[in-house]
Amino acid sequence: MSQTPHHLQLNHQGQLRHFLTIEGLSRELLTELLDTADSFLEVGERAVKKVPLLRGKTVCNVFFENSTRTRTTFELAAKRLSADVLNLNISTSSTSKGETLYDTLQNLEAMAADMFVVRHGDSGAAHFIAERVCPDVAVINAGDGNHAHPTQAMLDMLTIRRHRGDFEKLSVAIVGDILHSRVARSNMQALKTLGCPDIRVIAPRTLLPEGIDQYGVRVFNDLRVGLRDVDVVIMLRLQKERMQSGLLPSEGEFYKLYGLTRETLALAKPDALVMHPGPINRGVEIESEVADGPQSVILKQVTYGIAVRMAVMSMAMTGQTTQRQLTQEAN
Amino acid sequence: MTALPEVGPLLQQMADQLSRYLKERQIEDPAFVGIHTGGVWIAEALHQQVAPEAPMGTLDIAFYRDDFEQHGLPQRVRPSELPFTVDGRHLILVDDVLMTGRTIRAALNELFDYGRPASVTLVTLLDIEARQLPVRADILGASLALPPGQRVKLTGPSPLQLTLNAATN
Repeated sequence: MSQTPHHLQLNHQGQLRHFLTIEGLSRELLTELLDTADSFLEVGERAVKKVPLLRGKTVCNVFFENSTRTRTTFELAAKRLSADVLNLNISTSSTSKGETLYDTLQNLEAMAADMFVVRHGDSGAAHFIAERVCPDVAVINAGDGNHAHPTQAMLDMLTIRRHRGDFEKLSVAIVGDILHSRVARSNMQALKTLGCPDIRVIAPRTLLPEGIDQYGVRVFNDLRVGLRDVDVVIMLRLQKERMQSGLLPSEGEFYKLYGLTRETLALAKPDALVMHPGPINRGVEIESEVADGPQSVILKQVTYGIAVRMAVMSMAMTGQTTQRQLTQEAN
Repeated sequence: MTALPEVGPLLQQMADQLSRYLKERQIEDPAFVGIHTGGVWIAEALHQQVAPEAPMGTLDIAFYRDDFEQHGLPQRVRPSELPFTVDGRHLILVDDVLMTGRTIRAALNELFDYGRPASVTLVTLLDIEARQLPVRADILGASLALPPGQRVKLTGPSPLQLTLNAATN
């Protein structure tokens, strides 16, 4: 039954039908997604910020892990597509992962949802659901453990493309707690796929995952060396709640060595973009003056996130529709 | 074999009609809106001839189609761009081929999400008489009855030409 995510998430025509990970997706598909998101961005500027595309569909936000920004932007995206939205916040219970997820899933299917947006603390949760869900139901990964956060990566790509253009000419640095970051993994894959020639990862050794080399990135332990002449700086949140003892001497020490301040930002190109997936820890990984400064596009990222999620949802529904018709024709 | 008209003379005739139409109705500040892709080309040509100082916008009606349930999104969607206020404006909505009328219904729905226009005038190059909705052009280049299974397509932008194709769906 088990399929690799990148086969599971495409239909027989190569269209997206689930969105679980960036891994295995083509440059063409990612570009199509960004183009579609550009069009949805324009919808957000109209008097009526709503299109009738998913009228009559039900989108279920299933969040096993707390998140304000991601859940609300998914909710707004679904509403702007005219879908009906259910929000379920389920605290992870002590029951084993398989049972909990499976029972929840069956309940949700009984509500005839057309799409599940899933956030879960365990890596692979969205994949687990996509494998078991009824045909025709799309599953969107809104973050699973430290594995993937593909919609965040695509909104980061949209931000970079709109503000800096061609990926093939850019140096992009991802800074901070790479070890616990699903955002970093998805971003590295997306940048690679879109042809970014210089992807830098800047972190202390203790906050780098094993096998970082497989992503085709350059690793720096010294922020002051790694930031030199980059076009884009993506800061990551220090995930204090996931931090085991010994990984980090202290927050103060981390800020001194890896914090993005006016002084360290000056090492990047003069107009370098400052990005952060949020929520930001001011004075822990980023200085307030930088987060609120002229180079920061942190709040733009939130706006772009709605358009990207609208694009992902409508493309996944398209993939499901086409797949259903292919199946009907085959029978 | 159906004979297809030349686009150039049709455009000239439509421009004359449109100028008269606007004059009769005392519309002095219209805005042009072309529907992607062929409608944009026709709108640009008419805009040049009739009122070059008027604002011009484009619509991609992909998010408003009534067949999403059957076909989903097309692979390429372009942003709609209306760089003017729709509220109270006299709009000239332009498409290349009027067939079932469904595109125009979608375009009207989309326009009304930008605001409440004072009026909408529909201009099309061709009407191929396959109407499924009560939609007729106010300004029309030519009517054409097509044999079943055939579609007409505008290619461009230069030169603008009509070609006949077998229908794909």
